[in-house]
Amino acid sequence: MKKLFTTLLSVLLVFVAGAQEHIANDTATAQTGLRADGKIYVVVAVIVTILLGLYIYVIRLDRKISRLEKNA
Amino acid sequence: MRHYWWKILSIVLLLYTFIAGFLIKVPTIGNLYETIRNLFFHVPMWFGQLILISVSLIYSILYLRKPQQRYDILATEFARTGSVMGVLGLLTGMIWANYTWGAPWNNDPKQLGAAIALLIYLAYFVLRNSMTDLDKRGRVAAVYNIFAYFIYIPMIMVLPRMVESLHPGGQGVEGNPGFGGSSLDPTMRMVFWPAVLGWTLLGVWISTLNVRLRTLEEQKHFS
Repeated sequence: MKKLFTTLLSVLLVFVAGAQEHIANDTATAQTGLRADGKIYVVVAVIVTILLGLYIYVIRLDRKISRLEKNA
Repeated sequence: MRHYWWKILSIVLLLYTFIAGFLIKVPTIGNLYETIRNLFFHVPMWFGQLILISVSLIYSILYLRKPQQRYDILATEFARTGSVMGVLGLLTGMIWANYTWGAPWNNDPKQLGAAIALLIYLAYFVLRNSMTDLDKRGRVAAVYNIFAYFIYIPMIMVLPRMVESLHPGGQGVEGNPGFGGSSLDPTMRMVFWPAVLGWTLLGVWISTLNVRLRTLEEQKHFS
């Protein structure tokens, strides 16, 4: 499970990093990285964080119930 | 493949939806502008709900054929997650409607149908919880669940298409609510269907968690 998280996180980071690089090449001004394109990437970062948080919560619940089932 | 592959698939699909859903280029249609992206979040709620309550219906029928406690639990929990998704669908629809149709509630036939259908499903839980005899409870709940499903389908899928509706698919509005043929932009379709599958799998996941918890409770109760 821990491996899974690391994989997912690295995939996500590659995604974000790729997007940033792309924009950095486009505009050399202050409108780079998470500030580019009307700052839409900030929203993406926020909702992805919420989604990951929710999934971590569900996974923990899943494992807790699995442990209960083993003991029953 | 391990047994939890579909849970990972759900995570991957929804991550994809949340990233691509905001970053792809979308067509400009009417006064929707960027809110057209709600299609990736609002509509999958209803598709997911429909699939979850269909699973619930199947378990209710199975229960009537062979009254096993397990079927009753499965039917209830799938209906429960489905109803949660339905409530979320209704709320997100109201937010969207406020900024594109002018008001959160327009007495649109699909809105009314969805609201009535949700109330019918809420009554299912009230009815089920009102009975203490397990055998009777399971049987009555199963019968009511089948009734609820077959009221739900015309309420949300048939009636809105027969009258004038603000939703796509109503009389005088172009586009098929089922997104057949060319009614959905091809790039949007590439995010929409993964979103539907991702949300549905998450719904199934949460339902199975509740089922397992309920099963543990029952075991404890009878041992």
